[in-house]
Amino acid sequence: MARARAARAGHLRRKASDNLLAYAFMAAGLACFAFFSWYPLVKGVILSFQQDNFVVPPYWVGLDNYRALFDDPLFWTAWKNTLFFTGLALVFGFALPFFIAVLLNEFRHFSGYFRVLVYLPVMLPPIVAVLLWRYFYDPGAGLFNTLLRGVGLPESQWTQSSNTAMISLVLVSTWANLGGATLMYLAALQGIPGELYEAAELDGASIWQRLRHVTFPQMRFIMLVLLLLQIIATMQVFIEPYALTGTSNPDTITVMVLVYRYAFTVNNDFGLAAAMSVLLFVVLGAFSALYLRLTRSSGD
Amino acid sequence: MTLTAPTQTPAGPVPPAPAPPRRKRPVGTTGTASRTLISAVDLQRHRTLYFLALGATLLVFTLVFLFPLYWMVTSAVKSPAEYAQSTPTFIPESWHPETYATAWTNMRIAKYFTNTVFYAVGGWLISLIVDVGVAYALSKLKPVFGRVVLGAMLASLMLPAAALLVPAYKTVVDVPLFHVNLLNTPWALWLPAAANAFNVYVLKRFFDQIPNDLLDAAAIDGAGRLRQLWSIVLPLSRPVLGVTSIFIIVAMWKDFLWPLLVLQDPESQTLSVALARLANTSQVPPTELMAGLAIASVPMIVVFLIFQRSIIGGLSAGSLKG
Repeated sequence: MARARAARAGHLRRKASDNLLAYAFMAAGLACFAFFSWYPLVKGVILSFQQDNFVVPPYWVGLDNYRALFDDPLFWTAWKNTLFFTGLALVFGFALPFFIAVLLNEFRHFSGYFRVLVYLPVMLPPIVAVLLWRYFYDPGAGLFNTLLRGVGLPESQWTQSSNTAMISLVLVSTWANLGGATLMYLAALQGIPGELYEAAELDGASIWQRLRHVTFPQMRFIMLVLLLLQIIATMQVFIEPYALTGTSNPDTITVMVLVYRYAFTVNNDFGLAAAMSVLLFVVLGAFSALYLRLTRSSGD
Repeated sequence: MTLTAPTQTPAGPVPPAPAPPRRKRPVGTTGTASRTLISAVDLQRHRTLYFLALGATLLVFTLVFLFPLYWMVTSAVKSPAEYAQSTPTFIPESWHPETYATAWTNMRIAKYFTNTVFYAVGGWLISLIVDVGVAYALSKLKPVFGRVVLGAMLASLMLPAAALLVPAYKTVVDVPLFHVNLLNTPWALWLPAAANAFNVYVLKRFFDQIPNDLLDAAAIDGAGRLRQLWSIVLPLSRPVLGVTSIFIIVAMWKDFLWPLLVLQDPESQTLSVALARLANTSQVPPTELMAGLAIASVPMIVVFLIFQRSIIGGLSAGSLKG
C-alpha cells in the first residue's frame, strides 16, 4: 500500500515536472503566437469598431467604420477588381498548371529540366518579377509592344489602360506563381496507378475519355485543395497592383491595396482599414475553414 | 501564421520527405509503373509527333520561363542609350558589365543585401528554435492542454495574412505588456515569422514518428529531456529540418508587404523593399535597376539549383495524394 502510494506520488511528481518542462519548451512559441497571431486577431476586431488615427486617442464609434466603408465608392471598386482578379486568375492560374502538368507528364525526356524551368520564377522575389514585367509592359519601348509590332498586331497600353490593366496583372502573377501548383499536380499525376489507364484503353477509351474518366476523378481532391489555396491567395493580391499601377488607380485597386491605403497612405485611419480587413477575413474564413478541414481529415 | 504575402507553398498534413527517386522513362519502355495517359506503344508508333510536341514545348517553355531572366541579366549590361531604343536588342551590342558594380555602390545594394541576409538567417534560427521547442514538447512531453495549444496554433492558419496586417502592425509599434517599439528592428520580422503553425505541425508530425523507446533508453542512461532532443530527436529529423529551413529562408527572402510596413527607415530595409522604393524614383538609371533586380534574384536561384531535389520533393510530399 505505502509503496504503491509512493510510486503514484513519484509518478505524479514526474508528470508535473514534465508538464512544467513542456511549457518551458513552449514558452517562446506561445509568446510569439500570443503576440503576433492571437492578440492581433482580437485587436483587429476591436479596432474595426474604433476611431483610431494619429489625430485623437482611440475611441469607440460602433459601426461607423463599416458605414463609412459602404459609402466609399472605392470600397466597391476594390471588391469588384479583386473578384475580377480572382476569377481571371482561376482561368489562368488554376487551369493552366493542370494542363501543363498533364502535358509534361507525357514527356519521357527533359523532365528534370521542365520542372526546374517551371519553378524558376517562383524562386524570384515577387517584387523582382513584377518590376521586370513593368519594363515588358512599357507602352513605348517595352518588349511586348515590340513583339506585337514585329508580327504586325496592334499595340496595347497594357497596365495603363482600364481595359487591359487587370489582365496584365493576372499575367505576371500567373507567370510568377504557376510553378508551385504545376509541380504538385505532377506529383499527383505520377501517383495515378498505370493499371487504370491500361484497363480503360483495353475497354476502348480514347485519350480524351481516359483523361476525362481516369485522370480527372483521380485528381479531384488535389484540384479542390489547390482551388481553395488559389482563391485564398489571389484575393489577397497586393504586390502586382502596388508596383505596377500604384495605390490610387481605380482600375486596379484591390482589397489589400485599399487596406494599405486606408491605414498607411491617404487616410491614416486604422479603424477603417481594420474594418476592411475584418470583412476580407469573413469572406476568406469560409474558404480557409474548408481547406483546413479537407487537408486535416486526409492526413489522419 | 506568417504575416506575409499569401503562402504559395503547399500546406499539407504529411511531413515533407526526401525527394522520390527520379524516374527514368525512355521512350518505348512498357510496364505499368511508368504508364500515363498515352501508352508507350502509342508513343513509339507516333515518334515524330512525340518529338515535334516535345520540341515545341521545349522551345515555348524556355522562351516563357527562361527568356525574361536572360533579358534581365543582359539588359543590365547595355548602355542606357541602347536600353532605351524603341526596338530592343536581344543580344547586347554595347557591353558594360561595370553597370553591376555601379549599381552595387549607387543603390547601396551591399547594405540592403546584408540586411536581407541578416534577416533571413536570424529569422531562420529563431523560427527553428521556437518551433522545434513547441513541436518537441507537444509530441514527446504531451503536456496537459497540449491538444488545445496545437488547435489554437493551427487555427491561426485560417487567418489570412491580410486580416492581421493592421492589428499586427499596431502590435509591433507598441508590444502589449512590454511597451517597446519594434519598428525598424529585425525583431519585427523575426518574432511574427516564428509564430508559424505550419512549421510546428510538420515538425510535430515528424517527431511523432520517432519511437519513444529510443528516448526511454536514453533516459535510463541518464539523458535529460533537452539532451534527448539534442542527441536523438534532432539528428533523426535532419530531412524535415532541411526542408523546413529552406522554406523559412525562401519565405523571408521573398517577403514584401510586411517588411514594407515595418521597415520604413531606408537604413533597415530589405533588398526587395529598397528596390521597389528606388524603382519609383528617377535617380536610378533603368540599366542599374535591372542589375539590382538580377542581383536580388541570384541567392534564391542558387539555393534552388543546389537544393532543387529537396525543394521539389518537399513540394510534392507536402502536397496531398490524389
